Amino acid sequence: MTSPLQQKLKVTGPVVVTANRLGDGAVVYRSADGSWTKDLAAAAVVTTTPAAIELLTAALADKLKAVDAYVAPVELTPQHVLPGNLRERIRFNGPTVALPGER
Amino acid sequence: MYIYDDFDRTLVDERVREFRDQVARRLSGELTEEEFKPLRLMNGVYLQLHAYMLRIAIPYGTLSSDQLRMLAHVARRYDRNYGHFTTRQNIQFNWIKLEELPDATADLARVGLHGMQTSGNCVRNITTDQWAGVAPDEIEDPRIWAELLRQHLTLHPEFSFLPRKFKIALTASAHDRAAVKIHDIGLRMHRNGAGEAGFEVMVGGGLGRTPFLGKTIKPFLPKRDLLSYVEAIMRTYNQYGRRDNIYKARIKILVHELGAERFAREVEEEWRSIKDGALALDPAVVDDIAARFRYPDYEALADDPPELAQARADNRFRVWLDNSVSNHKLPGYAIVTLSLKPEGAPPGDATAQQMDAIADVAERYSFGEIRVGHEQNLALPHVAQRDLPALWRALDEIGVATPNVNLISDIIACPGLDYCSLANARSIPVAEEITRRFKDLDLARNLGRLHINISGCINACGHHHIGHIGILGVEKNGEEYYQVTIGGRADEGAELGKILGPAVPYGEIADVVEDIAAAYLELRERPDEIFIDTVARVGVDPFKERVYAAR
Repeated sequence: MTSPLQQKLKVTGPVVVTANRLGDGAVVYRSADGSWTKDLAAAAVVTTTPAAIELLTAALADKLKAVDAYVAPVELTPQHVLPGNLRERIRFNGPTVALPGER
Repeated sequence: MYIYDDFDRTLVDERVREFRDQVARRLSGELTEEEFKPLRLMNGVYLQLHAYMLRIAIPYGTLSSDQLRMLAHVARRYDRNYGHFTTRQNIQFNWIKLEELPDATADLARVGLHGMQTSGNCVRNITTDQWAGVAPDEIEDPRIWAELLRQHLTLHPEFSFLPRKFKIALTASAHDRAAVKIHDIGLRMHRNGAGEAGFEVMVGGGLGRTPFLGKTIKPFLPKRDLLSYVEAIMRTYNQYGRRDNIYKARIKILVHELGAERFAREVEEEWRSIKDGALALDPAVVDDIAARFRYPDYEALADDPPELAQARADNRFRVWLDNSVSNHKLPGYAIVTLSLKPEGAPPGDATAQQMDAIADVAERYSFGEIRVGHEQNLALPHVAQRDLPALWRALDEIGVATPNVNLISDIIACPGLDYCSLANARSIPVAEEITRRFKDLDLARNLGRLHINISGCINACGHHHIGHIGILGVEKNGEEYYQVTIGGRADEGAELGKILGPAVPYGEIADVVEDIAAAYLELRERPDEIFIDTVARVGVDPFKERVYAAR
């Protein structure tokens, strides 16, 4: 039987696995060594559905460090790994507006 | 203010201890996220895009200065120095850490504040008129009835796992400032032919992806029957509401599918079996709750004191007075609205410094009491008119005296995609840009009463359907687009807005609002025909032509 993950996930470009850190909710990315990092450049980037499922399955098995892991698109440039859509850009960079008291 | 008793304090303190233990067990790994999530939601803790969010209830929108100072303390110590007042008389902190939540909730409990039932499929914070107890057109203080319902429905074992969340609002004034028709249950106090006060009961209102206005199922409910009748509605919903499909689980869908008449019959049948039982209200119980709402020791004052007449010579003061100050039920006093909508800032946000300053000002000029309205502004309910000039200077200094209350820049907006994990598009920068376009207060005043509501997704936390101009953010091929409605209204004449035309991209939405405003100025019959009345008279088409002619 196909797992629900396999049924939903269809990877057509570079992706990472992202989640929120348990203790403070900060945005984190899964790295190749199985740790979580706030640095998108240090995230494991995969480009195929089986590789994404493997990365996500390992991330979801970590019940303690991060919450609500999912696969998110990224853009690769020669120098950088960039978030792949507006939602992920906002998660990575923070709100697009000045926070009260900061303006 | 309402004086909470030992029972209330014990309840909140016990919950703090329980939640502290639950958080510790989650952080140690003893609880999984699946086990912990419903527990944190029961305490108002969400996980958003960047961080946890804590939502705290402000029952019937009434805060003391001590409570507001505590909110400032939480903002400063556990968050990023600000809080966000919502459209349901709650405040949200957007950057709170799970590790620190137990301490934050313990601090809040010291002043009787908590996040219980601000999330989850239970009865949420019961909201009412932010002018309750001081509005000149009020039959009686609706907070008495909100508090009665709060006591009955807090941790009510039968209603802690409803098919979906459940929102109740009350008004006791002819002019509805609580948007009761868009609530699961809306209660409007009025008098019957015999002069007795009771409630019109409306059910099945709500916005979201399937918006409905509440339907009246009981034109007049005697006060003694309030608890039993609400109980009967909730039992009917609990029994027949759909649990198989989250999009069809709200009571509005049940009322729509059954029809209001059949739903009312089901409620009546349930009600018959309980109306004369333990839930029939003993007037002594109501009197006891009423006695716990303490009113200030007002002085006997006259309207229009000389201090006010002198201060009117200052144009800036006069503009603020005309815009933000409203009549009080007593002569010599006034209700003052504090605009949390300065130009170019997120609607409803207040910094810790502002909260502290407002708490001080309230202590000095409003008997230590502050109100929170669904429009995401604050109010001081008991201000002596002679103090208005000094109060204005104090409020102006801290940036909450923008004279734009009920004007086009007094925008209601959800947090949108800048914070919310459900959102498809941003709300706050759209609101900020519109306030910049209409920063000329002469223009805003010329446009008159005009409510803009913005939601970043179909869940409609910004109540876009009932905005005079409603803006809904959607996503199209990875880009933010905005669908515009006009003609909605939230008051006693509540209406859902009508779609103007195709959605427009992010970069054009403020232009569209300017086009609508310009069309209104041309279409209105006279300067005092407000926007919503012009739309009702001429319909959507003239606005549509104006907006889409050049697009």
